Amino acid sequence: MSDLNAFRHETRDWLEANCPPSMRESTQGGEEMCWGGRNFEFASEEQKQWMERMGAKGWTAPDWPAEYGGGGLDKAEHKILKEEMARINARPPLSSFGIWMIGPALLKFGSEALKQQHLPPIIRGEIRWCQGYSEPGAGSDLAGLQAKGEDMGDHFIANGQKVWTSYGDKADWMFCLLRTDPDAKKQMGISLVLFDMETPGVTPKPIKLISGSSPFCETFLDDVRVEKDQVVGDINHGWTIAKYLLTHEREMIGGMGMADVGSETMGQIAARALGVDQGRMNNPLLRAEVAKWEIDGACFALTAERVTDEVKSGHGVGATSAMLKYYGTELNKRRFETLLKVNGSDAMVWEGEASNQGWLPRTWLRTKGNSIEGGTSEVQLNVIAKNILGLG
Amino acid sequence: MALVLNEEQQMLKESAQGFLAEFAPLAELRAQRDAGSETGYADSLWGQMVDMGWAAILVPEAYGGLEFGHVGMGQIVEQTGRTLTASPLFATAVLGVTAIKGAGTEEQKTELLGAIAGGEITTALAVDENAHHAPAQISMTAVKQGQGYSLNGAKRFVVDGGTADKLIVAARTSGEAGDIKGISLFVVDATAAGIEVERVAATDGRNYANISFNQVEVAEAALLGEEGQGFKALSATLDAGNIYLSAEMLGMAQESFERTLQYLKERKQFGVLIGSFQALQHRAADWWSQIELCKSVVLKALQAMDESHKRVPALASIAKAKLAEVAELSTNEAIQMHGGIGMTDEYDIGFFIKRARPAQTLFGDNSYHTDRFAQLSGY
Repeated sequence: MSDLNAFRHETRDWLEANCPPSMRESTQGGEEMCWGGRNFEFASEEQKQWMERMGAKGWTAPDWPAEYGGGGLDKAEHKILKEEMARINARPPLSSFGIWMIGPALLKFGSEALKQQHLPPIIRGEIRWCQGYSEPGAGSDLAGLQAKGEDMGDHFIANGQKVWTSYGDKADWMFCLLRTDPDAKKQMGISLVLFDMETPGVTPKPIKLISGSSPFCETFLDDVRVEKDQVVGDINHGWTIAKYLLTHEREMIGGMGMADVGSETMGQIAARALGVDQGRMNNPLLRAEVAKWEIDGACFALTAERVTDEVKSGHGVGATSAMLKYYGTELNKRRFETLLKVNGSDAMVWEGEASNQGWLPRTWLRTKGNSIEGGTSEVQLNVIAKNILGLG
Repeated sequence: MALVLNEEQQMLKESAQGFLAEFAPLAELRAQRDAGSETGYADSLWGQMVDMGWAAILVPEAYGGLEFGHVGMGQIVEQTGRTLTASPLFATAVLGVTAIKGAGTEEQKTELLGAIAGGEITTALAVDENAHHAPAQISMTAVKQGQGYSLNGAKRFVVDGGTADKLIVAARTSGEAGDIKGISLFVVDATAAGIEVERVAATDGRNYANISFNQVEVAEAALLGEEGQGFKALSATLDAGNIYLSAEMLGMAQESFERTLQYLKERKQFGVLIGSFQALQHRAADWWSQIELCKSVVLKALQAMDESHKRVPALASIAKAKLAEVAELSTNEAIQMHGGIGMTDEYDIGFFIKRARPAQTLFGDNSYHTDRFAQLSGY
């Protein structure tokens, strides 16, 4: 216990000394997130400092092994770090698909050489990753992917088209699913490979969304050389790793259902926007809608907590990630529909203070993708029906 | 506190499962109804439950109880939702104990809690006066008279009102309907002169009564807590009641879901199991997800009571609103997915919907608690 106390004090002192003042101010939504990478434009010198200092300490990936540059913290220490960061309202130093997705997959399935090569730059925020999974003809039916890697002995030559590559135009490396054995059964014959986005033949093109933003790309692969030592796990056995990563992704997207909209609750936002008379919000039907959302939101947050506690106590049911993804994303869509109604016509303008410079309409439109990406709501319901309920 | 059961709570849950399967299964409810029972349970059942210690679970050790806590008691009540078991457990061991523990004097606690724990008396809580839950709207009066009070008014839909030995009555000693101040609680002998009890037969076959009080004279010692200050203890009792009704509805929702899921795996139409149809699979999967949410909020609310957490009122309303919604969904989907057979009295699934609606409605339905949650949240 005294060790943990000492750790808390050291952590507190270190954060006090190293977290720049501007990195302790709240941001709205995704503004000013730090993604790192070769070409990242930092919003400020302090943002860069914060990422680099935390990266050097390994605290951008606190529970990864220290031998790869991670923090090497155990659960109790990790919890303390989170608490101490929350105490001073410190922003996440780095948002990264490397840390969230390919890193955990490398730790679990990657060769020692791949871990040594890729994990340290991920932790330091030097390399930004993107995911090459979906294709125009392989969305919900991901295993139907057609981008192929032709075996050339010590390397593959990749051809095909990937779509919904998050920040593909800004990323440095891609983790990508290729069909490396055209004769094998659907799920067999798929490999998970890694390559540099600067490799000749890789062309990402941004896709403009209904929100006007372009967080995704379609990525064309024309005779791209992929070294065989950049295959994660065994050749033709990438589907298992892909599924593992999808589970991760589901949990990540499902968790967004409870992400805060700034520092106010839905009820506070609505009460401010609609006015309160004699203790009750004006507009009884919207008041009910807001209250019902908050009730469901509270139940969902408790469920995420319970699932975590059950896993910790060894009673985990892994398949619940499908439920959290399904319910969390539907809840997030509902939240923004209600926020839209609560703010009236102010919510629908692209610019100006009323819509927070278009943040609300853009975010609202973006949420429509939550129940599509990472497996649609309908796919999640299929997973629940088949894997949990045993309905064939 | 982690949102999982500890070993002792898990054991209590399993022992409740075993006991109810043996002595109070759903078939027993049908048998009681067919025999024209006025209580919905066998006379011997409560004695057995008392022997199991269930009447004493919420009673502090100082008054002869087990003090096992709300999470443990919640497991038993959840299981009674699966078997649709009627008994004095709710009105006596939950509502009676909570009200007396919260408001009673040392003498009242010593006398009444000990008697409840030992199975010597049962209680009923008489609050509402019309068809909609409205605790502040109480207009029944208690007028100071000599060394005691004279009670006048009428209460409706009192759980166990026809059988309880003691009635815990909310009446107004000052103010008027709508005022929170001026409400007082009294413990009254059910046999006192001037009390008229009219049994109400409801859809769930349980023991409800409308009770009228005409010049019912009670001693000063019948006052539970301070005069005019009864609303706080009443609210806490209603919060507990709503959390336990939520636990019971959780049991009902799970049982009707599991029975329906089993049916989807047995029933064939068009030459295949109906569970192979995606239209039904998606509805079942959504239904299951909703029940997962319910498990979390019920456990959290029970834990909050054990910790005397300040969020108990909000959690009670969150739990009751959500569970009322999901109990309604569950019992409706159960009948629809069973198809025609679900409409027959011969098949058990229909018993769940007939118990769910009174449980949803008692002490405030979904709309009442959604409104209350909003008020507690400042809007």
